[in-house]
Amino acid sequence: MYLAVNDLTISFGGLTAVEDLSFELEKGQIISIIGPNGAGKTTTFNLVTGFKKPDRGSIVFKGQELVGLAPYKVAQKGITRTFQKTNVFPNVTVLEAVAMGRYRQIQNSFWDILLANKKYQRTERETKAKGLEILSFLDLAKRKDVRAKSLSYGELRLLEIAIALASEPELLLLDEPAAGMNPSEAAKMMGIISRINEQGLSVLLVEHNMDVVMNISDHIVVLDHGRKICQGPPSVVQEDECVLEAYLGRGFLDAKN
Amino acid sequence: MRTRWQKAGSIIAAAAAVAFPLCVQDDYFIHLIINAGFFYMLVAGLNLLVGYLGQLSLGHTAFLGVGAYTSALLSLKFGAPYWLCLTAAQGLTLVLSLLFGLIVLRLRGPYFVIVSMCFAEVLAIVATNWVSLTNGPMGLPGIEPPSFFGYAIVSRRDFYYLMLIIVCAMTYIISRLVNSVVGRAAISLRENEELAETVGVSAFKFGMIMFVTASLFAAMAGSFYAHYISYLNPEIFGFIYMITMLVMLVTGGKGTIVGPMLGCVIFTVVPEMLRGVAHLRDPVFGLVLIIVAIFMPQGLKGLIDRVLQRGKVPTEG
Repeated sequence: MYLAVNDLTISFGGLTAVEDLSFELEKGQIISIIGPNGAGKTTTFNLVTGFKKPDRGSIVFKGQELVGLAPYKVAQKGITRTFQKTNVFPNVTVLEAVAMGRYRQIQNSFWDILLANKKYQRTERETKAKGLEILSFLDLAKRKDVRAKSLSYGELRLLEIAIALASEPELLLLDEPAAGMNPSEAAKMMGIISRINEQGLSVLLVEHNMDVVMNISDHIVVLDHGRKICQGPPSVVQEDECVLEAYLGRGFLDAKN
Repeated sequence: MRTRWQKAGSIIAAAAAVAFPLCVQDDYFIHLIINAGFFYMLVAGLNLLVGYLGQLSLGHTAFLGVGAYTSALLSLKFGAPYWLCLTAAQGLTLVLSLLFGLIVLRLRGPYFVIVSMCFAEVLAIVATNWVSLTNGPMGLPGIEPPSFFGYAIVSRRDFYYLMLIIVCAMTYIISRLVNSVVGRAAISLRENEELAETVGVSAFKFGMIMFVTASLFAAMAGSFYAHYISYLNPEIFGFIYMITMLVMLVTGGKGTIVGPMLGCVIFTVVPEMLRGVAHLRDPVFGLVLIIVAIFMPQGLKGLIDRVLQRGKVPTEG
């Protein structure tokens, strides 16, 4: 199994944010985690990427245990995430920000850097070229020399993805990439996620926009109050009573029946 | 266009720097510029921490003092040659900064500031009270001038060129570092530590690289200072040095290569012109720091850039 999450549990004081959560992701899949606000979706992301340490449970990625690793170590294993709140490098240009994302790909020794030798120059050229390639892919290339903080909201969300892609992850975790977007922007984001996925990246997605989720997910995990209440392909989850109850309440179900 | 200007500017600046002591006969003026160079050795390193990594260290004088005392004591007590004094100063600083980095780099923001400041303060107390070694507040007079391959650096002009060599070497190292993956990693930590870790940057590792480099530069400055002034006392750890460095850095433009140069020259030359009101120096420095922080957060370098940019198409949308 590519990514296997087993019995993941974490509590903050008396609140159990995630309880006995297990799910699996196969290479090349898009798995979505959905659920009402406070269901534990972002906490799950924080657990997988090492920002929070679970009370118990395991997270195995390509046969390696991730629990206990610091975020930068998890990143070095090939897992990169984006954040729910916009999170970029604000005071550098867009291209510089993407170049910062390529940290993992650069293998320069101290001497390479000090002597500015051929290897150093080649890596710097590659970093720039690859950065531009990613920006073109996301339609941001024309904004490459603009300071990141002066981008529009939609562009910022794209830059976040650009930074994440620059690190060339194998598994990409996207936390509400389409939040706050209008339907056409959300559709564009959906297209981008599909294309990223077609290039071989596995995606773990948290998203409230159901059009996006239902259209591109291979598999959906539904959380409520930290517990998995349902999982399956989109068609199954859409019809599941537990899901309807979690989102719309018991009353809705009673009225429906 | 910009780069051609920059190239021309740096060639002119380099030529002026080399020719300076040949054209200027006034010994005192040369001394002032040597002093500016000494401060640059400190500020350039501090810039790595404050400007690039984004951590305010108030303990930079600690390694200035360690470098100065190690070098001075070896020279005085054992008559060690200058290269040995310098190597030992760098070696001890390397060890101490690694140890201190282990502690302080776990902290962020105000905690980092306070602990770094305490470290310098503790060393000041040691230097003041360990009289048998450091001669306490009476200080260490008569430190030999440096010599290389039998050539003693004695005249102002010699010291000027020694300073220039050190300053150029440091500037080269810094510009290489900040234009590489190391600089990008440090800046990414300054900009957004959470995101930097997400793409695999270890805050601890790059904090350590910047911290140790800055400390080694400070020790270099300390060693230079001790053998230049030929006298050393615990005031080298003084907080006023720290404030002066910060004023120079912030006013000149932190996070840039040129900024520290501007800051150091201006703040060694200008106070000399205002000698008559020397007692006002500290309050004026404080005021400058506040005004700069509010009205020109990018410092003089930022101001110059903005003036040069005027009339061109703004790059920011």
